[in-house]
Amino acid sequence: MNSIKEIQEEIVEEFAMFDEWMDKYEHIIELGKELPLIEEQYKTDENLIKGCQSRVWLHAEMQDDNIVFTADSDAIITKGIIALMIRTFSNQTPKDIAEANVDFIDKIGLKEHLSPTRSNGLLSMVKQIKMYAIAFSVQSNS
Amino acid sequence: MIQEKQILNIEKIRADFPILSRQVNGKPLVYFDNGATSQKPQEVIDVIDRYYQNENSNIHRGIHTLSQEATTAYEEARLVVQKFINAKHEHEMIFTSGTTGGINLVASSFGKKFLNKGDEVIISTMEHHSNIVPWQMICEEKGAVLKVVPINDKGEFLMEEYDKLLSENTKIVAVTHVSNTLGTINPVKEIIQKAHQKGAYVLIDGAQAVPHTKVDVQELDCDFYAFSGHKMLGPTGVGILYGKEEVLNQLPPYQGGGDMIKTVTFEKTTYNELPHKFEAGTPNIVGGLGLAAAIQYMNEVGIENIEAYEHELLSYATVQIKKIERIRIIGEATQKASVLSFVVDGTHPSDIGMIIDKLGVAIRTGHHCTEPLMNRFNIPGTARASFSFYNTKEEIDVFIQAVERAVKMLR
Repeated sequence: MNSIKEIQEEIVEEFAMFDEWMDKYEHIIELGKELPLIEEQYKTDENLIKGCQSRVWLHAEMQDDNIVFTADSDAIITKGIIALMIRTFSNQTPKDIAEANVDFIDKIGLKEHLSPTRSNGLLSMVKQIKMYAIAFSVQSNS
Repeated sequence: MIQEKQILNIEKIRADFPILSRQVNGKPLVYFDNGATSQKPQEVIDVIDRYYQNENSNIHRGIHTLSQEATTAYEEARLVVQKFINAKHEHEMIFTSGTTGGINLVASSFGKKFLNKGDEVIISTMEHHSNIVPWQMICEEKGAVLKVVPINDKGEFLMEEYDKLLSENTKIVAVTHVSNTLGTINPVKEIIQKAHQKGAYVLIDGAQAVPHTKVDVQELDCDFYAFSGHKMLGPTGVGILYGKEEVLNQLPPYQGGGDMIKTVTFEKTTYNELPHKFEAGTPNIVGGLGLAAAIQYMNEVGIENIEAYEHELLSYATVQIKKIERIRIIGEATQKASVLSFVVDGTHPSDIGMIIDKLGVAIRTGHHCTEPLMNRFNIPGTARASFSFYNTKEEIDVFIQAVERAVKMLR
């Protein structure tokens, strides 16, 4: 398994081939369409991160030493970006996730999607991923 | 096209709004988010600029020339607003921070004076959160009950249901003049008359009405009418609460502070007269001046012309957008202001909004601060284009093409 840093570099490289925003968005939409990422039973209110614009569901569970994330959104662009997040963070150790620096969104020119004004639930999702990482690492230490 | 040039000289009007010539994401800006806030003409920008360059000083308390000049200008602004909505007295114009500020003032002060346990407050399904939450808060505090008038599938206020809800227990009815999400123009005159027959007071949320249609508060006979400056070419942070003199005089002050008092001792404070009783603290002076400049601009264009032209834009946009497959217009009232809310089956409004933003088109997506209304239609939100008189049919064409392109990408 590649490290979080390596995966982020991969994504940045992958997006470097798109000059036009249009192609970039089309790619994200495709990523979004390729999911479902989450089992219906986990689309609960408890797992819901409610943004003003779109809704995001995030579920986390430990498998061996790694956290496996599954997620979904009702908006397809958000969902595409979620797919990238999952690719980056899922199947990593709680410690690595907690310490990771998320910079690929910025580097691929989608920073506005993580701004609080977008209010699409993505920013809260990143925070939630980190929270899970911290919570699971506390659990495994105790 | 020829017909629209006859109503208004759009080219000349557009030149008055500096922001309209800018580009967004490399494309000419098409600004269809007027329901959220309108753009500002140069006249309004100049007034704000001039005030801070040459006139800035505090009002109502200075002995010096600058203060007197600022006081005069601010009080003249009040007169401009009074004339604009045809109120009987200038002291019936309370400067507020906006519509939300005005409604909170009434909910709080009216509630303190008139609401008791078991009393009822009536609102409608299509209210903005600003005309729901303040009433929920005061109802909870006073043990009063909030009643909601339902709407039909077209997004129209159900008068017969309203008749059933109105009773001797109704103390106040608070409804919107124009729905920010649906564009529905409510029959507020009839709503007001019926409430008065039962002895209830009426507050009208005019945030979306005043920018687009002639409002005459005496003709409507409403007890309160609240609106915002920034949706009608003025600056943010200023608004007006109109209240009938005899009603306002019965209400306790909303906030305490400077300007709202006559005399203060530690034992007892006597309150100032209207309108100052409700204007504690240093107000948004430049906001008031900007609002007056905005009204003067609207007067020059002519509110009837604005209304007629915007109606034309709405009709054109409605016909054009229906050509997109699987589109559903949310809000199809017979009487509608220039708001076009829609959903496209199989797509999410925010996705459409994000893609057309890249094409320079600014619209609003989401629940528009009307969550209960979205629940009524069983949708998470809509995409909303809202037009102003500086918009054009050419811009609508760009918008439609952008939506078509977005839908193609998303499906």
